[in-house]
Amino acid sequence: MTQNYEKLPQDAFTRIPRDTQEAEKISKPSVSFWQDAWRSLKKNKGAILSLILFGLILIMSLVGPMISPYEPNDQTITHANLPPKIPVIENLGIMDGVGTLGGREVDLYEMKNVEQNYWFGTDGLGRDMFSRVWKGTQVSLFIAFVAAAIDMLIGVIYGGVSGYFGGRVDDVMQRIVEILTGIPNLVVVILFILIMDPGILAIIIALTITGWTGMSRVVRGQVLKYKSQEFVLAARTLGASDSRIIWKHLMPNVLGVIIINTMFTIPGAIFFEAFLSFIGLGLQAPDASLGTLINDGYKLIQYQPHILLFPAVVLSLIMIAFNLIGDGLRDALDPKMKD
Amino acid sequence: MARYIGKRLIYMFITLALIATFTFFLMKILPGSPIASADKLSPEQRAVVEARYGLDQPLPVQYFDYMFGLLRGDLGISINQFKGANVTDVILSRMGPSAQIGFQGMLLGTVLGILFGMVAALRQNTWVDYGSTIVAIIGISIPSFVFASMLQYWFGLKWDLFPVALWKDGFMSSVLPSIALAMFPLATAARFIRTEMIEVLGSDYITLAKAKGASGSEIAFKHAFRNALIPLITVLGPMAVSILTGSLVVEQIFAIPGIGEQFVKSIMVNDFSIIMGTTIFFSVFLIVVILIVDILYGVIDPRIRLSGGKN
Repeated sequence: MTQNYEKLPQDAFTRIPRDTQEAEKISKPSVSFWQDAWRSLKKNKGAILSLILFGLILIMSLVGPMISPYEPNDQTITHANLPPKIPVIENLGIMDGVGTLGGREVDLYEMKNVEQNYWFGTDGLGRDMFSRVWKGTQVSLFIAFVAAAIDMLIGVIYGGVSGYFGGRVDDVMQRIVEILTGIPNLVVVILFILIMDPGILAIIIALTITGWTGMSRVVRGQVLKYKSQEFVLAARTLGASDSRIIWKHLMPNVLGVIIINTMFTIPGAIFFEAFLSFIGLGLQAPDASLGTLINDGYKLIQYQPHILLFPAVVLSLIMIAFNLIGDGLRDALDPKMKD
Repeated sequence: MARYIGKRLIYMFITLALIATFTFFLMKILPGSPIASADKLSPEQRAVVEARYGLDQPLPVQYFDYMFGLLRGDLGISINQFKGANVTDVILSRMGPSAQIGFQGMLLGTVLGILFGMVAALRQNTWVDYGSTIVAIIGISIPSFVFASMLQYWFGLKWDLFPVALWKDGFMSSVLPSIALAMFPLATAARFIRTEMIEVLGSDYITLAKAKGASGSEIAFKHAFRNALIPLITVLGPMAVSILTGSLVVEQIFAIPGIGEQFVKSIMVNDFSIIMGTTIFFSVFLIVVILIVDILYGVIDPRIRLSGGKN
């Protein structure tokens, strides 16, 4: 190859003079950490789809009970146990109001002289499942978000203080956490639910009573890692106060981990709420959450599977969406995972 | 190492003592009476019943009686659910079915999970990989009670392949509950093994093995798989927790006479001594599992032992 240099046409190349001004120029606009994270999150199809799906579920949980003409707790006994019926989709042979009665397939709406359509059918007391499912979703999401927010708040403060001040403070605080994490979550939650009046508040308290320890451990680890680095030392040398170092220098670095952790706390809280409701320790009738709806539906699984189907599907979709969003965020925000 | 284990054991006892104390006093402030139809009894009859269960003693006496009983493995007597039976005996008699479905679920889940994860890692970014990832996400996301009711509906009611519920047909009765419990371990193991395998497959000694001329299956099993397997021990703890949590609902759904089903019932009827006994039993089980996992991991991977000892 090297011998063929002479054969190359000389005019195919032009000399570019070195420009010292140009050398310093940055060709691409600089990207902040969050822009970069957003960019890699956008590439993750599962996470984006889940984000959209969750957005839809959230909107439905807010407007669903309103667009349905029936109140979630209104009972119409004559309309009990109707299968789902949706105007347009019924022509496809599904959700057409046909159910089995005494072994025969019949249009139960015609038989019971029901003029209205119940999109998700009705339960054993003739309550509209559509508004109940979305109302229940609303309650479940509310419990999960509040529980996750409290976990985050306590965990970040506890872990931050423990990690930042270190020494004896850290020792004492960590011994307490070690004992608390030793107690199985399941046991604590059940015991606390037992002594409190059942309801949303009781579930939130039970979920947060030891739920924050995971967050505190992660935050402590991160704070420990960053506080000994040079940029913190530099800030301190320049006379920055503790609160300035924490909020201006440590927080932005720890934020990613906090977000990831919260994204995994939320499905955990949703699961536990549903779990408690399923074993009969959750909300009391007539209030509904996804868990109590699944529990009600389960009792009628043999004859009215649609009552179980809808809340179970919504619950599963929320859980899948959150896990995928969490995975996507972890890949996007965790620099260790970056390629 | 001995120091580390010793320290962990001390923590374990502190935690257990705290749980026992905590449970005991919570039970005392619990609303409602464990004595069946308590309102209908005359004060004298009530006094007789309370004396029978030691409920007439002052609180500190009850407490120390209970704690010393615990040291001897005595969890007290059941008040209404099992009419005076010893709680320890009740728990032991119900351990069989719980242990069987728990163990089968764990085994099935881990083995399938490892298989899924391995195949996914070796065939990265193919439909096999995507399929196994979807299974893993579904397994982690769908709660065991939803999955269990689905299994019961399709395999039990519709297709009549397995018994719908009850513990009467031996192994056949345990199939559906075991599958329901297996989902979480399966998903966890599959995700974990996939990540570990991909990391190991990219390491230098795999390149060396390839350069040496080792065959694909030899690399996969002899080199990559073995090293990917070790860290799986760390997720055994969360898996045990999930099996236990799952057993409460799965046993309920399939009407299996296990510990979980009895625990949920005892909550409904306020049987203090059964609730306390089972709580302590669950705690001991989980704490011991986590301790064993930590020690095992320290034994297998000396790097962990060093940092673990310092902590």
